[in-house]
Amino acid sequence: MVVDKLKRAWISPFWRQFKRNRLALLGGAIVILLFLAAALAPLLAPYDPAEFDVKKILEAPSPAHPLGTDQLGRDVLSRVLWGSRISLLVGFVAVGIATAIGVLLGSLAGYYGGWVDALIMRFVDVMLTFPRFFLLLAVIAFLKPSIFTIMGVIGVTGWMGVARLVRAEFFSLKEREFVQSARALGARDHRIIGRHVLPNALAPVLVSATFGVAGAILTESALSFLGLGVQPPTPSWGNILTDGKANIEIAWWLSLYPGLAILVTVLGYNLLGEGIRDALDPRLRQ
Amino acid sequence: MLNYLAKRLALSIPLLLGITIISFVVIHLAPGEPVELGTELGPKSGAAAKQALRQLYGLDKPLHVQYLTWLSRMVRLDFGRSFSPDGRLVIDKIAERLPITILLNVLELGLILAVAVPIGILSATRQYSLFDKATTVIVFVGFATPDFWLALLLMILFGVHLGWLPISGLRSLNYEYLPLWAQQWDLIRHLILPVLVAAFGGLAGYSRYMRQSMLEVIRQDYIRTARAKGLPEEKVLYKHALRNALLPVVTILGLSVPGLIGGSVIFETIFAIPGMGQLFVQSAFARDYPVIMGILVIGAVLTLLGNLLADVSYSLVDPRIRVGREG
Repeated sequence: MVVDKLKRAWISPFWRQFKRNRLALLGGAIVILLFLAAALAPLLAPYDPAEFDVKKILEAPSPAHPLGTDQLGRDVLSRVLWGSRISLLVGFVAVGIATAIGVLLGSLAGYYGGWVDALIMRFVDVMLTFPRFFLLLAVIAFLKPSIFTIMGVIGVTGWMGVARLVRAEFFSLKEREFVQSARALGARDHRIIGRHVLPNALAPVLVSATFGVAGAILTESALSFLGLGVQPPTPSWGNILTDGKANIEIAWWLSLYPGLAILVTVLGYNLLGEGIRDALDPRLRQ
Repeated sequence: MLNYLAKRLALSIPLLLGITIISFVVIHLAPGEPVELGTELGPKSGAAAKQALRQLYGLDKPLHVQYLTWLSRMVRLDFGRSFSPDGRLVIDKIAERLPITILLNVLELGLILAVAVPIGILSATRQYSLFDKATTVIVFVGFATPDFWLALLLMILFGVHLGWLPISGLRSLNYEYLPLWAQQWDLIRHLILPVLVAAFGGLAGYSRYMRQSMLEVIRQDYIRTARAKGLPEEKVLYKHALRNALLPVVTILGLSVPGLIGGSVIFETIFAIPGMGQLFVQSAFARDYPVIMGILVIGAVLTLLGNLLADVSYSLVDPRIRVGREG
């Protein structure tokens, strides 16, 4: 029954708007395809992504190696396919961390207001004043670069936007009748926050998380490109591009294709996010 | 207005303190010490040598004492000396690199605004037209393009294949022997690719903000009123709507400073430009605490100035925000 209600009140009108937006559908399709590529990478990849072949160093794209080979003779297509797993993992875990922190702090600030709000928001201000990439670099240069460091650091430095969003939603929701009636019935704070206010504030969080995945994937690739992210031999789109820069005079394919993969992925998530937002926000519809 | 400014400046001091405390703690608590890098190569340098170095740098004292020492010097604008072998003053190291980074960012911002604002206005006033649809697609692609990848592609095209532009550094090898005009031309040639690439990323964002903000404004009642009283469309758009639509863009401009500084790290590394971002990366790897702290503080000050600039220009355009005048 709950599902029926949800469907009638929220999902159906949403879907009606969403499916009219061709770009949003395209974004959704890209995201689904990426999930499939990541899940099926072992089946789809024609070669072992770590397999050296000294006789095939830096070969241009050919039927045997559609995207060419790198400086160790590894198949670029296979490496790009396996790299999609890294991007997906980093994107979702980092955004998960950021969203969890942001929702928690934003709810507390928005619900309690007063000094709790002041304290949390000053902390948000401080975090926003750091040039984020500097902070990322500082932390990562000191810790041992690995995929876990990356996910953690991107998450821990990326929650401020979500916190502000959730806080604003709480401010506009917490004095509404349904919250007051819950309070009058004697519901405790954590129940009001978790069961009554938060579910109504989740739509913008969903939108921001979708954009967040795109941002996290871009950040990961930039850090891996600088040698501070995912370390070789694990293939990630960013560190394949490092090889591309090292061989820039010879092998354009080593630079072109991994970047194209990043572009399509980020494009997919952004289109999807934009589509969700437009479908949720009736003000922007015409 | 002066009141307002003073208030804002006073507010940014605790913010700055908070930033320095967090950076100090993060940097000093992270594993890896500067003394290890200095001593790990010599087999004879044992615990005693490390201890001596620690004492020299003051790293043997408790963290809060180190912070207070650092802070008391900082207020006198004494950034200390670099831990690196050259042992130069941090302020000198930063001073020779900051202008390069600022020059790059100013050129970048200028280019972004000159292109993004007109695009934003046009696509908002012609929403769903062919122009709007085309720019929307281009903007989305621009948003999704990793800037370092674009840099690689342009380097391959213009540097390697066509050989038109240099792909690294700011000066050619024969720079010293060139006449003045040729030196300037040389510098410009080296700047073209970095500025283009840096601006491209921001272009997407700003034209999008501009479009969004214009769209929101032209749906307001007072725009309908202006149209209803028979004003020509251009006057409605450029006199009534544009002013208000520019507001969010101005704010974002001020708030974009941290992003700009962060972006410099990538561009300066790719194009081997000797700016502040490159210095930061080198110092982070060398555990050069005084330089890292110095750059973080300068970055934070620039960011706060950006925020202030955003607020002040906002309040100049929109008198409702001038809190200082109410009291």
